This record gives sequence, C-alpha cells and structure tokens, in this order.
Amino acid sequence: MYLDHGVVTKEELIAAGHYPSEARMKKGPVAVCECLQKIPCNPCESSCPAHAIHIGENISNLPELCEDKCIGCGSCVVACSGLAIFLLDKSYSDKVGSVSFPYEYLNNYQKGDVVKAADRSGKNVCMGTIKKIITTPKADHTTVVTLEVPIEYVDEVRSIYREK
Amino acid sequence: MRQCEVLVIGGGPAGLSAAIEAAKAGAQVVVVETNREVGGQLVKQTHKFFGSSRHRAGTRGIDIAKILRKQCEDLHVELKVNSLVMGIYADNVVAIDEKKSLTEHNIERIQAKKIVISTGASENSIRFPGWTLPGVMGAGAIQTMCNYHRVIPGRKLLMIGSGSVGLIVCYQLMQAGAEIVGIVEALPHINGYAVHASKLTREGIPIYTGYTIKEARGKERVEQAVIAKVNPDWSTVPGSEIVLDTDIVAVGAGLKPLIGMAHMSGCEFVYDKALGGWAPCHNKNMESTHKGIYVAGDTTGLEEASTAIEEGTISGIAIAESLGYIPKDKAKTLKDEGWERLAGLRSGFKGEDRVKAKMKQLNRYDEVMKGGK
Ligand SMILES: Cc1cc2nc3c(=O)[nH]c(=O)nc-3n(C[C@H](O)[C@H](O)[C@H](O)COP(=O)(O)OP(=O)(O)OC[C@H]3O[C@@H](n4cnc5c(N)ncnc54)[C@H](O)[C@@H]3O)c2cc1C
Ligand code: SF4
Ligand code: SF4
Repeated sequence: MYLDHGVVTKEELIAAGHYPSEARMKKGPVAVCECLQKIPCNPCESSCPAHAIHIGENISNLPELCEDKCIGCGSCVVACSGLAIFLLDKSYSDKVGSVSFPYEYLNNYQKGDVVKAADRSGKNVCMGTIKKIITTPKADHTTVVTLEVPIEYVDEVRSIYREK
Repeated sequence: MRQCEVLVIGGGPAGLSAAIEAAKAGAQVVVVETNREVGGQLVKQTHKFFGSSRHRAGTRGIDIAKILRKQCEDLHVELKVNSLVMGIYADNVVAIDEKKSLTEHNIERIQAKKIVISTGASENSIRFPGWTLPGVMGAGAIQTMCNYHRVIPGRKLLMIGSGSVGLIVCYQLMQAGAEIVGIVEALPHINGYAVHASKLTREGIPIYTGYTIKEARGKERVEQAVIAKVNPDWSTVPGSEIVLDTDIVAVGAGLKPLIGMAHMSGCEFVYDKALGGWAPCHNKNMESTHKGIYVAGDTTGLEEASTAIEEGTISGIAIAESLGYIPKDKAKTLKDEGWERLAGLRSGFKGEDRVKAKMKQLNRYDEVMKGGK
C-alpha cells in the first residue's frame, strides 16, 4: 500500500481507475496523476488547457483524468505541487516508449545522454536515453525530463537513478 | 505614547493578510515582525504550494511572501521589521524591542485600537539518548539554515518523522546536495502527504515506518544513529536495531502554536491534538476572549498557509468593520465567503479532525463569553 512506504504501484493506480489505457498510450503522450490521497489541492485542474482533469468544487477530491480529452501537453506536470504527474507515450515504436517527469535537482544532464533509469522505489531497472530536457519560465524552475526506455518499463520508470 | 489603529504581531501569511484587508478598507496598520523580513514560514518554503489555485497553490512559498509584502507596501502598511514584541499590557499597549544594530536596541510602546496576534508556531522536540549532541536539530531550523541562510548543516541526514515538514525538508536538503540516509516514522504509515513521500522514494530514500530513534551516537557530534522497530507502548523490539551513519539527526516531530502573546493578554485556551495543542479560542470574527485582540494562523491552531491567509483575511475584515470602515452587511458577506473557503480547505486528509477542533474553539468562546467557566 502506498501509504506504508510511499511507493505507489501500478496496480493501485489501476484499481483506483487512475491509469491510462494501453490503447490511449499507443495513440500519443498522455498524463497520469499518481495522486491517490484526498488532499486539498487543485493546481493540476486549473493548469489544463484541454479541461482533461476534473477535481471540482471540493478541492480534496482526487484528480480525474479524461484520457480522451488529454492532448499530452505537459502543463499539469509542472503545475502539480506534489510532482506526481507524468506523461507516458507508447505511440511511436513497439520497442521503446517515453516517460516525462518533473525534475528539480541540480544536474548536468544533456539531450542524448544514456542514464540509469529508476522506478518508483528508486531502484535502477533499466537504461534510458534523455530525449528532451525542458525548462520554461512558466514552469518556474521545474524541469521536465523525457526519458526513452524499453516499452515494458514505461509503466515503471519515474526518475533518473540516484547514485549513492 | 504612539497610537495606531491596528497593530499586527507577526508578519507571516496570517498577519500580512489581516493587514492587507484592514488597510484596504482604510485602516492605518502597523505590522511588527522580529525577523529582518516579513513572510513568516514562507520565506524558506521553496516548494510549490498545495491548496486551492485561489490561494496561489502551485506558486512557490517564497514567491507568495513577495506578493503579500508588495500588497502591504502598495497599501502603505508600515512593516516594522527586526522588531520583537515583548508583551501586551493593559489597554492594548504593546512593547516593542527594535534591533537597530547588533548592540543598539530601541524600546518603543504603541497603543493600538485593535491587535492581531499572528505569531505562528514553534517546533516540538523529542528526547532520546544523545539528543543533546551537536547535529541533532529541529527540521524547521535546518530548513531555515539551508534555504534562508544558505548554510547546509550536514552531509548525511536522518529524519525523524514523516509529517509533511519532515518530508519536504528531506527533499530540499537533497536539492541542496545532502544525502538522506532515511526517514523514521513510529506510525505504521506515512504521516504527511503521500505525494511528498513518493518524490523521495523514487530517489531511493528509505522510509522506515513503524520505527523510532533509539539513540544518537558520537564523540563531539552526531556520527551514528540507532533506529529500531517500535511497539505500541513505545518500547523497541530487541534485535530490530539498524545502525546508520549520519551527521545530522533532524527532528520533525511537529509544531505547536506559539501562544505567549495570547497567554499574556489573558485569552482563554482550548486543547486539541489536531491543532497542535493549546491554542486561544475565538469567535467567527477571529476575535479572542479578550475584546479587541484577534488571533489568526498557526498561533490559533496548526494548519497551513492557505488557512492562515483566510483566517487573517477574516480578522482584517472584522477589524475594519468594528472600526467603522466597512458596513455591517458587506462585512458579513465577505466574512461568510471566507468561512466557506476555510471549509473547503478543511476537507479531505485530516480535515475532519481540524473542523471538529475549530468547532470546539468557537463553542468554548461562546461558553466563556456567556459567563461559563
Ligand atoms: C516545511 C514546511 C512546509 C509547508 N508547506 C506548506 C504548503 O505546501 N502549503 C501550505 O498551505 N502551508 C505549508 N506550510 C505551513 C505554513 O508555512 C504555515 O502554516 C504558515 O506559514 C502559518 O502562517 P502564520 O502567519 O500563522 O505563521 P508564520 O508563518 O509562522 O509567521 C509568524 C511570524 O510571526 C513572527 N513572530 C513570532 N513571535 C513574534 C513576536 N513576539 N514579535 C514579532 N514577531 C513575532 C515570526 O517571526 C514569523 O515571521 C508549511 C510549513 C513548513 C514548516
Ligand atoms: S498533459 Fe496537458 S492536456 Fe493532458 S491533462 Fe495535462 S495539462 Fe491537460
Ligand atoms: S496538483 Fe498534483 S498533488 Fe495536487 S491534486 Fe493535482 S495531482 Fe494531486
């Protein structure tokens, strides 16, 4: 359970109806809100230009993502105070896909770098290639890194492995 | 003696919001703040804030502080920094110790028609063998050193407590280059927001739920910490000890309302765990049982910047109303809106307990004012 140690699992997300369908991920980048606890928070909802995230009047409701409305723009990834939204894309190849995640650490990473990829528990599960590093003024110092990984790891990889 | 209409003690989000509201209506306001800058806790909150977009959630705390300060300046609120309120005396006289330089102090008294107490909170400590060793510090103190004074107090940090403060401080220390050796939590689950924990776990930080600190070891300062599984009676499970190399043991054991000023003015208090302990009770104007003295923010119960802003806003409106700057019906509408927003903020995670505790405060106020004990 994610509350025991802080590690969310794909199964928990699916059970909560919070994970995009395979069909949708095959069509192009789509957001996933890995936010399962009712906390008073709603910047994801107001940041979405496509109105794909719904929270409603009660700001403690969980964010509900409408995968068909989502255009994969990434606005919510940098707006989320909990750094809990990711973009997943399995559309452009059968072998690899990409994961975009918010990254707020000092680093020297560059596009094209091959790095160790980490899963939700920080374990190195595979290698990945940095496809994009985006920093915009609107993102207010939250960088978004897009990592290309073997397609079976798109559902697992959520950061760059941190060396001890 | 100098006179003023409204004097605010503590320039955090609660105090600044009270000042803004009262000044907007036309009142003359002085904010007294002991630090060299107003903003309270916000001046070191480098993360994007939770809450509703209406309360600037998604904006970093440090920037919310700047926005509030600018609003105060535009409204000609006097911001008296480096000034500690030493006490509140009879007839709303406030004694202020203004630090002019390292050695020069200026003591001033100001008499105010209305006073807002918005002094925030202070950190709890816990005791364990080795807790007096250099290197054992409050989590909030570490955050102040790191994010405000730009000094990182150690390289390898162990956090005691998985409340939101503990989790956020770990994240920010990691951003500053420290290694987090782990987070220890006596409860069987994460105590703060789960999303804060997930940010750490994906960087490989272990969270030891069901554990406590047994001992901090070291000659001149902390070198190691021993943690162990904890039983419901707080004894530890023999053989479950883990020894961790660390030079900082951070104590994130929660905060409690800073109530000295309210106590000195004779305000009535209520105890509730959900609000961090004893806190002054108040009515729906945020006025304490001492007429003319208002309370807002963490000092009247530990919550969040968003709730502090709302409580400050309500107190500012109520003050402007009682000084005759806002007509009664308009004030009522504005205050009702504020209470509605507060209800929204007090929903969800741990919200119910806070709603109950706040009700207790309001009820206690009524009881006292009706002449009960
Ligand atoms: C690590 C951390 C993360 C947080 N994250 C969030 C978040 O994401 N979202 C959120 O909404 N909230 C968050 N909070 C909570 C939020 O910062 C506080 O609830 C809020 O700052 C309380 O506001 P306040 O005005 O009541 O008190 P404070 O901000 O504490 O301000 C009180 C002020 O009073 C001054 N003061 C005290 N005594 C005196 C005196 N005698 N004379 C003069 N001045 C005095 C102090 O110096 C201080 O500036 C966080 C807090 C911490 C510690
Ligand atoms: S990626 Fe863009 S369209 Fe999709 S939910 Fe996020 S903000 Fe909305
Ligand atoms: S902004 Fe992030 S943390 Fe807040 S509700 Fe949305 S997904 Fe959850």
